[in-house]
Amino acid sequence: MSIALVDYGAGNLTSVRKAFAYLGAGVLVPATPGDLDGVDAVVVPGVGHFQATRSLTPEWRAAILGSLDRGRPLLGICVGMQWLYEGSTEAPDCEGLGVIPGRCTRLGGGSDALKVPHVGWNTLAMPRDSLLFEGVPPEASVYFTHSYAGPVNEATAAVTEYGERFAAAVEQGLVMGVQFHPEKSGATGLRILSNFLRRVSSLAAAAV
Amino acid sequence: MLAKRIIACLDVRNGQVVKGINFEGLRSAGDPAALARRYNQEGIDELVILDVTATIEKRRAMAATVGAVARELFIPLCVGGGIRDSGDASAVVDAGADKVSLNTAALADPTLITVLAGQYGSQAVIVAIDAKRDGDRFSVYARSGTTAAGRDAVEWAKEAEDRGAGEILLTSIDRDGTKSGFDCELTAAVSAAVRIPVIASGGAGSFDDFVDVFTTGRADAALAASIFHYAEHGVADLKTHLQRRNIPMRLS
Repeated sequence: MSIALVDYGAGNLTSVRKAFAYLGAGVLVPATPGDLDGVDAVVVPGVGHFQATRSLTPEWRAAILGSLDRGRPLLGICVGMQWLYEGSTEAPDCEGLGVIPGRCTRLGGGSDALKVPHVGWNTLAMPRDSLLFEGVPPEASVYFTHSYAGPVNEATAAVTEYGERFAAAVEQGLVMGVQFHPEKSGATGLRILSNFLRRVSSLAAAAV
Repeated sequence: MLAKRIIACLDVRNGQVVKGINFEGLRSAGDPAALARRYNQEGIDELVILDVTATIEKRRAMAATVGAVARELFIPLCVGGGIRDSGDASAVVDAGADKVSLNTAALADPTLITVLAGQYGSQAVIVAIDAKRDGDRFSVYARSGTTAAGRDAVEWAKEAEDRGAGEILLTSIDRDGTKSGFDCELTAAVSAAVRIPVIASGGAGSFDDFVDVFTTGRADAALAASIFHYAEHGVADLKTHLQRRNIPMRLS
């Protein structure tokens, strides 16, 4: 099983890589979009500004969509999940991948009452069953650090509240995303990542 | 609901955890990886490793310590102490730190905050402020609390936020190691002035000190070292106590 961790210069990949290594998954960092051809899954991590996703050029986007077309799961983490939407008001001229409907907006709607960024452990509510959260109890806590978030809609697999309700996770077919950091969310986060890996390996095995 | 965070600090010197009283008279408290593992089992929300006597020769040993902790723990990990430039920061980030804490170096060159926020994101940059009461104000001290920096703590916290800091780690030098409670006045003054999270530090002696700092002190997180190191009070017991006082906690 090979997991491609896309490095587009948005923060450091060390923690995500360590978490996958701990779970026994091989991770590669593709140098060119062509390197995604043979992988079993694509992970788009990222922290910081939505602007950074500009480095995901049309070639990268095509390769990532191509991997989805071949039946390979895609997981976006933090800014990587926001990028799955159509875009974000943080960088209005930067287009998202658009596989999840809607646009990300700033938390708190500009009100001074709420500290933004939203930093720390917050609880999840799961509106429906999903593969990502199999075995994860309702009200489980995960670690967030972000100022923007995606809207709750039919793709939403987990909801968190901070001033407003926002999508803590999406799951729509092979497209998955988490706004929190599973690699920093203790045992709960490792469970979510291993659920993702189990899905990847069963699809990879079925394709052989 | 967003939980208030309980953070354990490991003050490390020569690869061993030590904790001083008022930054002096360090005594040993054990192996950092073993302590980190214990805290994680007890439900700690985050760890800070401070290299209290950082020198260039020791930096490599520090990276090994950080690596040993990060290999098995998947909770946020901050490293500070003697980080002077982006080279020092990248060494600890590469070893597995999620956040770096800047103190003396940020006072000497505040643009370092912006440089590191640009490199790793604001969420990875904590500005640590050591403050001491000075009449009705709070003065900032550099070099492990030994040198007056000539700055007001509230003003410096606001500037750090403007320059891209993601969190403020605020230590009361007067209270540090005394177990007489956090300085809630200092914490509330800084917390009201910035929109980024404030981590209160210095003075934790009882469970109710944490209640006070989360209510009166308006802290987003509280950090302690000695109260946890000698197993006087477990992290789990503390969190249960706070939850009963209606302070939102992550209970795992």
